[in-house]
Amino acid sequence: MLQARAGLSTQPEANEDKERYLGVYRWMLLARVLEEKLAILYRGGKITGGVFLGRGQEALSAALGSALKKGDIFGPLIRDMAGRLAFGEDITDAARTYLGSRLGPMRGRDGNIHRGEPAKGYYAMISHLGAMVASVAGGLFARRLKGETGVVGATCVGDGATSTGSFHEGLNMAAVEKLPLVVIVANNQYAYSTSNARQYACEDLVQRALGYGIAGYKIDGTDPTACIETVFEAVARARAGDGPQMIVADLLRLVGHGEHDDFHYMSHALKVSPIGRDCLDVAREQLISAGWATPAHLDNLRDQASAEVENACSTALREPLPDPNQEDWCALHTRRLAEGAET
Amino acid sequence: MFQKQPTTRTSAAITYLEAIRAAQHKLLSDDPRVFIYGQDIADFGGAFKATKGLANEFPGRVLDSPISEDAQVGMAIGAAIEGMRPIIEMQFADFSTCGFTQIVQHAATHKWRTGVPCPIVIRLPSGGTAGAGPFHSQSMEALYAHYPGLIVMTPATVEDAYTMLLEAVEIDDPVIFCEHKYLYYHLKADGLPSTAMPAGKARVARPGRDATIATYSAMVHESLACATELASDGWEIEVIDLRTVKPLDTDTILASVSRTGRLLAVGEAFPWGGVTAEIIARVATEGFDLLDAPPMRLNAKDTPVPYHPNLWGTHRPTATSIMAAMRKLLGA
Repeated sequence: MLQARAGLSTQPEANEDKERYLGVYRWMLLARVLEEKLAILYRGGKITGGVFLGRGQEALSAALGSALKKGDIFGPLIRDMAGRLAFGEDITDAARTYLGSRLGPMRGRDGNIHRGEPAKGYYAMISHLGAMVASVAGGLFARRLKGETGVVGATCVGDGATSTGSFHEGLNMAAVEKLPLVVIVANNQYAYSTSNARQYACEDLVQRALGYGIAGYKIDGTDPTACIETVFEAVARARAGDGPQMIVADLLRLVGHGEHDDFHYMSHALKVSPIGRDCLDVAREQLISAGWATPAHLDNLRDQASAEVENACSTALREPLPDPNQEDWCALHTRRLAEGAET
Repeated sequence: MFQKQPTTRTSAAITYLEAIRAAQHKLLSDDPRVFIYGQDIADFGGAFKATKGLANEFPGRVLDSPISEDAQVGMAIGAAIEGMRPIIEMQFADFSTCGFTQIVQHAATHKWRTGVPCPIVIRLPSGGTAGAGPFHSQSMEALYAHYPGLIVMTPATVEDAYTMLLEAVEIDDPVIFCEHKYLYYHLKADGLPSTAMPAGKARVARPGRDATIATYSAMVHESLACATELASDGWEIEVIDLRTVKPLDTDTILASVSRTGRLLAVGEAFPWGGVTAEIIARVATEGFDLLDAPPMRLNAKDTPVPYHPNLWGTHRPTATSIMAAMRKLLGA
């Protein structure tokens, strides 16, 4: 099924919709404030390694993280701070992986965007794009073998990842197995510096859903209402047994690929086009015009988010760094089989 | 020579391939966490019949995959995270390069990065057979051994094919199980063992005092044939079967070299780097004083694996070429 969705949806009125929207908005806002802080810390030399921000993609990501439940599986990508937090990640853990604390989930062994807690269904991405599609599908396959029902797995890719073999293999396999997998394609128009014109030749990436025999949805990723409606619907359909669901959301990355990147290559026409909108601004307008929040209420939410972010970052900054002398230099779980292991 | 005399145990009841099937049968019977995923492995029973009949006996747990090695391994990783014990059958070891990213970047790093183990077993039908050619003959063990986080098994006997596969599934880390296609039908045993040496321990396949051959997989049998031949000239050659190439049992190799003073490392893989180079490097750095002669290594030639048997028989080490190398090492 292909469902075209574009522009502002009609304003939902139910109280449930309001609470859902405000919930998503809080995660969008928290991610935005945290990433703004991380960008400052990066420029201040407090963060080693790359910093890749999700500015402009928060509505899509937060909608997904909010649509998933505890016990689901989530394999985020680099611009999914909002989705990670919404899925239940501790914001202090997020801060820890940027600031190098050894108390974070990766303990200094891997960097910020690769973080995860696989034992909680929060998979830790690798840099090789598209790889998580098959792995989230595998997690779902295992749940099915164990007799668990009503589980959904979701993973996020960008326009660039749709060109990889891993994306194709993983999605095709998930379709063959009819797994409850939701794949979100954040089409932010650039894979690092490469524009869509050099990335694919089909009219729209959502057409690929037809090729895989799965449900496909097309949305305006800058419109939080559309993101919430469509993502929640796709997750519900996957949960109900309708097989893989693919959502292609058009939006624009409002930052460089990483904070090291001045994105001079980005088209001015795109920046001033509708997909160049900031989803946080759109959300604010939608919430106020629906009568679901006042400007003062939203300003207050931002203050709360700032306090939470300051607390998380200051906590992480006070914590011990990784220590090579205390590190357990063993890549295996089976210690007796480690090279150089004492026997 | 092993190639012409595949087995001396003519009363044999079970082949190397049947041992692999039997191990998988036992694993599926005993452990509900186990499932097998690979190309043509369900009703068809696999390209080599290593899963013959298992799909029927264990419905939903022996499944055909699309031709998608990357997705096969990626899927196994997710399943392992969720507590399963997947076995992935690659149709040929050569095709595992299509799943290389998931194996070496994802599975191998997972425990170290996240603290959560990734217990998957990837079965690689490995090594050359006559007429198989460049893309159905490769020995990939060195590639995988290079990466931290992987265990690489290279069973040379029917008994090891059985017990090491059982152990591979028990191990909480990703295991690359290099099973040799040349041994599938040639190698037979009277029955399946109930006990086994643990992974990571090498085996003295034949004791000797004049020189050591350290080798693994099908080359164990070529080396044993060489040792038998040289015994008629009075030479006593010790043959070490490494069993696992990672971890490499350096202690057993050094102990052997301390007895013999001479070392020849033999492998079927390409010559640059690899298992034989690692053996030589370790003995040279940790046991230099034990050596009475410069250590030697013998591998396949530095070309793709040729198709025609006339070329293939010279491309890979055989008892004949091992013997020539050994006579040089012995100064005989």
